[in-house]
Amino acid sequence: MFVALRDLRFARGRFALMGVVVTLLATLVVFLHGLTEGLARDSSSAVAGLPADRIAFGAPGGAEPEVSFSDSTVSAEQVRGWTAADGVRAAEPLGVAMTRLTVRAGAGSVSLFGGPPALLPRLTEGTAPGRGEAAVSAAVAGTYGLTVGDRVRLGTRGLTVSGVTEDRAHAHAPTVWTDLPTWHTVSGHERPTVLALTLASGADVPAVDARLATATVPTGDAVEGIASHAAEQGSLRLVQGCLFVVAALVTGAFFTVWTVQRRPEIAVLKAVGASSGYLVRDALAQALVLLLGGTLLGAGLALAGGLVAVRGVPFVLDVRTAGPPVAAMVVLGLAGAGLAVRRITSVDPLTALGAGR
Amino acid sequence: MTDRRIPLALDRVRLTYPDGDRRLTALDDVGLRVAAGELVAVAGPSGSGKSSLLAVAATLLRPDAGTVRLAGQDVGVLRAAARTALRRRAVGIVFQQPNLLPSLTSVEQLLVTAHLRGGRRALRRATERRRAEELLESVGLDASRRRRRPHRLSGGERQRVNIARALFGTPQVLLVDEPTSALDHERGARVAELLREVTRTHGTATVLVTHDLGVLGRADRVLHMTDGRLAE
Repeated sequence: MFVALRDLRFARGRFALMGVVVTLLATLVVFLHGLTEGLARDSSSAVAGLPADRIAFGAPGGAEPEVSFSDSTVSAEQVRGWTAADGVRAAEPLGVAMTRLTVRAGAGSVSLFGGPPALLPRLTEGTAPGRGEAAVSAAVAGTYGLTVGDRVRLGTRGLTVSGVTEDRAHAHAPTVWTDLPTWHTVSGHERPTVLALTLASGADVPAVDARLATATVPTGDAVEGIASHAAEQGSLRLVQGCLFVVAALVTGAFFTVWTVQRRPEIAVLKAVGASSGYLVRDALAQALVLLLGGTLLGAGLALAGGLVAVRGVPFVLDVRTAGPPVAAMVVLGLAGAGLAVRRITSVDPLTALGAGR
Repeated sequence: MTDRRIPLALDRVRLTYPDGDRRLTALDDVGLRVAAGELVAVAGPSGSGKSSLLAVAATLLRPDAGTVRLAGQDVGVLRAAARTALRRRAVGIVFQQPNLLPSLTSVEQLLVTAHLRGGRRALRRATERRRAEELLESVGLDASRRRRRPHRLSGGERQRVNIARALFGTPQVLLVDEPTSALDHERGARVAELLREVTRTHGTATVLVTHDLGVLGRADRVLHMTDGRLAE
């Protein structure tokens, strides 16, 4: 780091300019990461938070089952089959539908989940819903000023609020929970949507799937079955990926130009006994200082921007979740710099003696 | 004489370069022995092979034939990393252009060579810094110039730093390439005198390539190079 640190001080204008570019890219990447996480929470937190190991999807009329909440229904036979299967501790039918909630204060779209109390998110107020009752998520209670005992209209049915749950959402709509019979009544669906499975050891999931014509996936993977979730997350991750590539290319381009400009100095250092390894390490340390400084500053700006943005858009970001994109920026930037500073190895120390003259 | 007293010895060295379909002979059966504390000047026209001689002596080029012994070691049997290590330990090079690193002060130009030799521990020692200051003082660079970067030094001052840098590792062999070519007559004469002085003081085996007649007069021996051949 002897020469690297002094170069950083000496050419502070050039490094500051590059630092600003890295900072802006990091701000963009980290902010986008927060937005992606926020949208993911908004579209999948209800499913991702289910206290179940697997979700089994069915298909009506003997069709090929797919991992899709909008296409899935499970029959009574499938419920019985999974309940009786070896290694299955619990197979709880769960209804998922979209509906409209209406109260005096207004109306809006909600996702309606119908199932047993065991699947209910943690209650912050009141009790689990019984027949003709609903537990609303904190966002719904906050938006419409609902408390336990209030009346709401879900679709065309009037229900009483029995409790308020932790904040959960599904397909960008906050959740309202009922028991399964009430869910059938409100949604108009005759069959539940999926099965939430809790497994013990020894369950042969593929065999039961084949026998009962279901498609079973781990709960974390079931979020891919939420309409628009995969496309939305895929698009945002693609943009993030492109930004990572841009960061690596920009860093590589900067260090390519920097290395080419330093060829005479590198030749002198080699002539006085510096090994290529020493010089490459020195240059990479310089890149690391630049990338760490730029990305940490950028992450800080994104976190500050997120505090403002969270009032208007779904945004989830803290120091822990900002870590992976920051680390990726640094690692990919270093890879770009590494490719650039390889040129150091090809510098001939003989040129310091004026071999070219 | 033992190798210890002859830090640099070239024997029947031949060096050729590719030139289209044929090869140009840069050094032709060159022999040279330089004792510790001896200043040998090599004169000759451009393209006669002077710089090639320095490059071979500095282990920057491997000859096609012949042997080069540096600080008692046969350079021919060493791998690239070992040659670099030997150069770092035993050779000081005074470049034609001072070739100072623009981001380093005069003192740091010397300390970087200590860093190459001994890593960070060498730099922690205050003695290294004090020694660099003393060496810069001994080549006539006053205290106010030692904290300056190259762009704030005159041509003569830069050349003094160049010489001090080459001497900082206490090399056994000092190779000097046209040290006065960028200086006026008066400053060139001072640099030549300085080189003679440091050769005596530091006991280096110094090979000095030059066109400058004023410099030749200060050498212990003057050799002439013509078409790759070296003669007294």
